[in-house]
Formats: sequence, structure tokens, C-alpha cells
Amino acid sequence: MSFTPEEQKEIQRRQKSRALVTALILGGMVILFYAISIAKML
Amino acid sequence: MASKAFQIDMIATAEWRDFLALTKPRVLTLVVFTGLCGLLAAPQAIHPVLAFTAVLCIALGAGAAGALNQWYEADIDAMMARTAGRPLPAGRMDRQTALHFGVGLACFSVLLMGLAVNLLAAAILLVSILFYVVVYTVWLKRRTPQNIVIGGAAGAFPALIGWAAATGRVDTLPVLLFFLVFLWTPPHFWALALFINPDYARAGVPMLPAVAGQRVTRLQIMLYTVPMVAAAVAPWPLGLTGALYGIGASLLSAVFLLIAVRVGLSRETDPKKMKPERQLFGYSILYLFIIFGLVVADKVLA
Repeated sequence: MSFTPEEQKEIQRRQKSRALVTALILGGMVILFYAISIAKML
Repeated sequence: MASKAFQIDMIATAEWRDFLALTKPRVLTLVVFTGLCGLLAAPQAIHPVLAFTAVLCIALGAGAAGALNQWYEADIDAMMARTAGRPLPAGRMDRQTALHFGVGLACFSVLLMGLAVNLLAAAILLVSILFYVVVYTVWLKRRTPQNIVIGGAAGAFPALIGWAAATGRVDTLPVLLFFLVFLWTPPHFWALALFINPDYARAGVPMLPAVAGQRVTRLQIMLYTVPMVAAAVAPWPLGLTGALYGIGASLLSAVFLLIAVRVGLSRETDPKKMKPERQLFGYSILYLFIIFGLVVADKVLA
């Protein structure tokens, strides 16, 4: 598949934004699971 | 004009905002609020982290149910102005992605609730998701004008889940709150359906005004409001809440009943002139927020 430079740029922008949000969610989950583990031990 | 390959790739890389839109964020606010109130009104407190996790699971579960609802109803959504801009009918996402997202989120929310909070809360969460998706969306919505009566139960679960998360059991007060939301749903949605009736009719959804007519709908709104008021006030005489809740709920319910009677007696057929119907729809949302707020305030001040 070949895209124009504008199309390529738009797809990359979307991929980057999704990757960023996914990373933030995963980071949040790591913190949450850690906090749950501590809370369950108390 | 954009190439076909580009259009396909754009759908494959739907934006995160589209995934958020799949979860019906505006519906989530009420779900999270009633779940949180159920949790806070419970006689036992749980660790704040676990309380946060329970509310998060309720939100994720409701979001998953919303996503699966949009996955199944993409054809109906495309026919209604109110829903045509959603990610699937607008062509910003493919159906399989929505299905995977919904199922994944549902499994995650139930598993997390079960592992971090307790099994009863997880079981009720699972039932509520299945109820909304299978019973309401797949089975009832396109078949009967009573669709939202039974489907309303799905939206009534969060308070029960919140309470179960805190206590590990189900008691009379959360059951009454369940029935309050269950009986609140028909007047709330039928008031909306009265003034957006043409939209539902065009999509072929058998909402009561489209099938049985406006007079029957108005009568049903009044009829459902009576037991709803009873469920709202009942915790006070039963000794489950104090006077703050009792007086507040009585006053708020009296206003609800008054507007419902105005809707019931109205013969207006022009949606643009349906003022009591719009009032009832708007007030019903405020009503539920304040009633649940009062349950918590009453417990805090007791």
C-alpha cells in the first residue's frame, strides 16, 4: 500500500497518540496493582 | 480525495478518543456515581485503594457493556441523528475492533473485581454486563416496547455492586436503591422518547411512543413514577436511613411526581413544544444524583 506524505503523517500521528495513551494506561495499571498488593497485605 | 488504502488504514488506527466514545462516557458518570454512593453508604468501610478499584471496575464494566452495545447496534445508530456520529456508524472504527475492545474490557473488569475486591461484587458486575448486552441489547431492544423496563435493571446494578464490594453481601437498602433506579428508568427514557420519537421510529426501535402511541406512554410514565416514589421513600420508614434522606427524598419525589402528572395529562404532539417532557427528562437525572447523594450524606451525618 502506498500513501501520500500527508496520509502517512496522519496515520503516524494516530499511531503515536494511541501508543502514548496505551503506555499511560499500562503505567497506571502497574501503579494500581502495586497499590492493591500493598492494601491486601494490610 | 483520500485513497481507499488510506481510508482502511484510518479505520484500523482509530483514535483513542473513539475508544473512549465507545464506552459512552456520559452514561458512565451516573453509573460511577451510583456505584460510589452504594459503596460509601455501606456500613463497612474498605481500604481506599480497594474502594477506588471497585469503582474503576464498575466504570470499566459499564464501559465494556456500552462498547458491546455500540458494536451490536451500529446499524440502528447510523439511522438516528443523536447516535450517527458514534465511531462505528461514522466509519472511524471497524466492528471487530469494537467487539474485541468490549469483550476484553468486560473480562478485565470482572477479573480485577474478583481478584482485588470480592467474588460477589465480581459476580454481580458480570451479571450486569451480560444483562445489558444479551438481555437488553440483543434480545429485547428490537423486539418489545417494554425493552427499557427490563433493560433498566442493568443500570440499576452499580449501587448493588458498590455495596457488595464494601460488605461482601447484599442488604435491603441497596436492593431498594436497585428498584429505585429500575423504576426510574422507564419515566426517564420514555420522556426522552416522547420528544425524539421520530428518530426511534425511523430506526425501527419499538420504543413505546412509536408502538403504543403517546397517550399510553404518558400514562405509563405516571404509572411507573408511583412505585418509583415508593422505592425512593421506603428506606426512611423502614429505618434504613434517617430524616435527612427521608425528608429530602420525599420532597424530590413529590416534584418528580408533579412533573410526571403534567406529562401524563399533556396532549401535546409537537416535540418542539413538549416542555414538561423535557423538564422530566432533565429533572430525572438531577433527581437520581441528589437522591444518591442524600443516601451518603445521611450515613455520614448519622
